[in-house]
Amino acid sequence: MADLALNLGVAAAARAPILPLSAIGLSYGTAAGTWVGPLELTIGGGGVTVVLGPNGAGKSVLLRLLHGLLAPTGGAVVWNGRPLDRETRLRQAMVFQDPVVLRRTVAANLRYALRIHGYRGDELKTQVEDWLARAGLARLARRPATVLSGGEKQRLAVARALCSAPEVLFLDEPTANLDGASIVAIEGLLRAARDLGTKLILVTHDINQARRIADDVVFMVGGRVHERAPATEFFGAPQTPEARAFIDGRIVL
Amino acid sequence: MQDFGEAFGLAFELIFNGDAGLAEIVGLSLRVTLVAVAIACAIGFPLGAAAAVLRFPGRQAVVVAMNALMGLPPVVVGLFVYMMLSNAGPLGVLQLLYTPTAMIIAQGVLVTPIIAALTRQTIEDLAGEYDEQLRSLGVGPLGQVATLLWDARFSLLTSALAGFGRAIAEVGAVITVGGNIDHVTRVMTTAIAVETSKGNLGLALALGIILILMAMMVNGLAMTLRTQWMSRAYG
Repeated sequence: MADLALNLGVAAAARAPILPLSAIGLSYGTAAGTWVGPLELTIGGGGVTVVLGPNGAGKSVLLRLLHGLLAPTGGAVVWNGRPLDRETRLRQAMVFQDPVVLRRTVAANLRYALRIHGYRGDELKTQVEDWLARAGLARLARRPATVLSGGEKQRLAVARALCSAPEVLFLDEPTANLDGASIVAIEGLLRAARDLGTKLILVTHDINQARRIADDVVFMVGGRVHERAPATEFFGAPQTPEARAFIDGRIVL
Repeated sequence: MQDFGEAFGLAFELIFNGDAGLAEIVGLSLRVTLVAVAIACAIGFPLGAAAAVLRFPGRQAVVVAMNALMGLPPVVVGLFVYMMLSNAGPLGVLQLLYTPTAMIIAQGVLVTPIIAALTRQTIEDLAGEYDEQLRSLGVGPLGQVATLLWDARFSLLTSALAGFGRAIAEVGAVITVGGNIDHVTRVMTTAIAVETSKGNLGLALALGIILILMAMMVNGLAMTLRTQWMSRAYG
């Protein structure tokens, strides 16, 4: 399927819709080959956009390009017409598949992110306590973050990302390899953030998670966007053979 | 020339009687080395971290130079510092030659590249883990350097210890710029060298034993503290 230029504008946001994030002729490649693109893609509105696709489809690379962690080798990413810079980065956040926790206590990890966003004194303390409670980590506040379980680390990473109230939160397979209870807890945090107006852009190859949480779906194969549709349409009547095969659980190369 | 048995006997006598001359030499050694290592850490930690994190033209050359300077010959460093501090040198006006300050400078020059190079390696490893997360949080290069230094602080203790070991055991540079003047610049290593050449093995052995014990104690203390701090911070 040809590259798509779509803006679905999911109307789930409780606050003003975020500005559209657009990939314009975006591509990324190395000497080993092209991993993403060239593609056109615009993501706007609130809600949850799930980027689905088989392994090697370029989902994680696309996420890093949209967040500005990777510099594109072609095209550009713009946010309401502006290129990405530190200021736009501060209005976004990202959670990685393998959570990176700082070698500090659980509370200090949250403090670190909040300080970047200007919190100090009593307000900082209140925010830390609030997010520890929301993430179910209050009893672990003074523990070193490095000794947490995988699920607890990821809850901390999600809380640390959300505590700055980002307009866009990128998530790269945040629940891969986690147990059911951790997945429920993290999806709960994500739903709460979505309801407060944070735009979520979630990469996964877990079709069940996509069904649970997606408002719209970007389906990628081989570094290209193959299909883009509201979740109900995508899962109910996929338009491409690759999407149909993926939904049916067949292997897509 | 004493026989070895007599020398050991005299050495233990000096140590257990708390000989004042011996204590003065040991005290000056510690003072010079600890100040030199503290200054080297203040320069080497941020320098090494910056070389690990910042990307600039010629970075590779800086890293190679830093590693090469780890093997600086002490006598050459001594000669260099001597030339800088001598009356004809650019810093001659300060009249620092043959003072403990000159010895601190020489040890600092020797040890700073060691601490910087070991810091670069430690920070580079941690930066590989933190890089995307810190950039995602909008942390700039200088903020990354500060964060990485703080989070690697226990590992960096090893770098400081390597510097301490090198500095406390150093003789070539400090004797060149300090001169082993009694009650002024006589430290353990220079005293050992001179007393051995004079055949005064008792004092040389006593100083040697203290030097080894001191190195072991400082390492042991640092490692114990490191383990306790790390278990509190990292689990």
